[in-house]
Amino acid sequence: MSAPDIILSARQLTKRFSGFTAVNGVDLDVERGTIHALIGPNGAGKTTCFNLLTKFLQPSAGTIKFNGRDITSMAPAAIARLGVVRSFQISAVFPRMSVLENVRIALQRRRGDSFDFWRNQKVLNDYDAEARERIEEVGLTEFIGETAGELSYGRKRALEIATTLALEPEMLLLDEPMAGMAQEDVSRISALIRRISAKRTILMVEHNLSVVADLSDKITVLARGEVLAEGPYETVSKDPRVIEAYIGAGHG
Amino acid sequence: MSVTTETTYSSASQAMPIGTPRHHIIIFAVLLGLLLIAPFLLYPVFIMKILCFALFASALNLLLGFGGLLSFGHAAFFGSASYVTAHAAKVWGLTPEVSILLGTGSAAILGLLIGALAIRRQGIYFAMVTLAFAQMVFFFALQAPFTGGEDGIQAVPRGNLFGVLSLADDRTLYFVVLAIVFGGLLAIYRIIHSPFGQVLKAIRDNEPRSISLGYKVNRYKLAVFVMSAALAGLAGSTKSLVFQLASLTDVYWTMSGEVVLMTLLGGMGTIFGPFVGAAVIVTMQNYFASFGAWVTILQGTIFVISVLLFREGIVGVLSKWIKKPL
Repeated sequence: MSAPDIILSARQLTKRFSGFTAVNGVDLDVERGTIHALIGPNGAGKTTCFNLLTKFLQPSAGTIKFNGRDITSMAPAAIARLGVVRSFQISAVFPRMSVLENVRIALQRRRGDSFDFWRNQKVLNDYDAEARERIEEVGLTEFIGETAGELSYGRKRALEIATTLALEPEMLLLDEPMAGMAQEDVSRISALIRRISAKRTILMVEHNLSVVADLSDKITVLARGEVLAEGPYETVSKDPRVIEAYIGAGHG
Repeated sequence: MSVTTETTYSSASQAMPIGTPRHHIIIFAVLLGLLLIAPFLLYPVFIMKILCFALFASALNLLLGFGGLLSFGHAAFFGSASYVTAHAAKVWGLTPEVSILLGTGSAAILGLLIGALAIRRQGIYFAMVTLAFAQMVFFFALQAPFTGGEDGIQAVPRGNLFGVLSLADDRTLYFVVLAIVFGGLLAIYRIIHSPFGQVLKAIRDNEPRSISLGYKVNRYKLAVFVMSAALAGLAGSTKSLVFQLASLTDVYWTMSGEVVLMTLLGGMGTIFGPFVGAAVIVTMQNYFASFGAWVTILQGTIFVISVLLFREGIVGVLSKWIKKPL
């Protein structure tokens, strides 16, 4: 087998909050074209890791490389422009804008910066056809004119994914995409994630282990801010330390 | 920004159709029609006051209702522009259009300075930083030699527009003011409905998400802050020619509060709300002036009632009824 093609790698990633180390020397390699899951008990530092990788938090130490390029000191918006786009735990839609507008705001990024305040927004109609396609992909066509804030939770997540995909990111970071979802939504979003993973790399934090088992090629288990185990689901799920961490946390 | 909660927004967001909704064009046309005949029925200076405050409140609404940023120091821009225009017209003897441009430009520059520092903070801290700077501007206006201290700059000449058209007559001035204010309102309308406006609304709705889509949100915030400051300045400059006066009232913090009140009462985040809010408050101040200090209490009561009963403001409530953004 040839050397794995690493798209995103972190070395000795560390984040200290006053007196508390949330993430401690984490090494992470995400292989191109795979679905990589980050799991671990509550407080393991998964979301902090995510925030560090997308620079929504500044790491205390360590380096992050995307496609071999050091992005450790970049601003979050700049990282998004490179093609690493994240989602959020709480569904991240623009609640007062319509479904169409939500997706269009991502497509609008292709114009570069939109500081043209003197121009009629009709120029954005050029993106409508593509926005409709994206919305169709996630099955929201009948809600296209609806205000995003009034959608059901599952549909908000779907809209969020449509918006993210509109940027055509090389890499997606999904923070608990299934959190708080009804079972039928879970299977729909699962199928959607699998479909979109065909052309891109996905790193996700997820609690729903059956989803993780089903979707991911590789799993990294975090506990107390450190990497506990790594590998495919079959190996990781049998690792006694992982079982210990989960059960321990359950009783703690 | 988190100071503005979702519930206090109007319903003006219902699946905004792309392009200019026809009912907006109709309302603008009717409004213009009414304003064209108004000076023949009512006292022109009174309507000009409404117009100036309508523009001022609309400028604040651009920042608050569409940028999600609550400035509590907009009197700084309104007032400093008022002083600069008054000084330019009276001391330097410049024509009204040049004086107004100078006032507006000064407000824009001041907006750039204050905005650059204020947007680094969020929510209530943003509001406090703007208030703090506005107080500094007030103090400057009180102490600086050219502002006339407690007296302000009085008897500002209205001059001749482009050096030819005398504005001494109230009705002549009225149509100039109408052109300025209506132009300002249309400019704000366009800003809101531009590609820039779309990004602005996205940032207002969800700032972290806008960042994660690759937007450099601080630049947009600063841009809208400067625009809002400049438009507030335009209102202040025009006002100083209407009343031929620039005074400490224009830069005092109560002026900042009043314009926030107008915006909230009319409906923040709506197109026509600030106009309605300004009209209501100015009318009240004008016709209830005989009650003296009671006007303030009346204003306070109305404010409390509006916050308790119709949080979306007058136009916001109307907009919900007819299910169309206004």
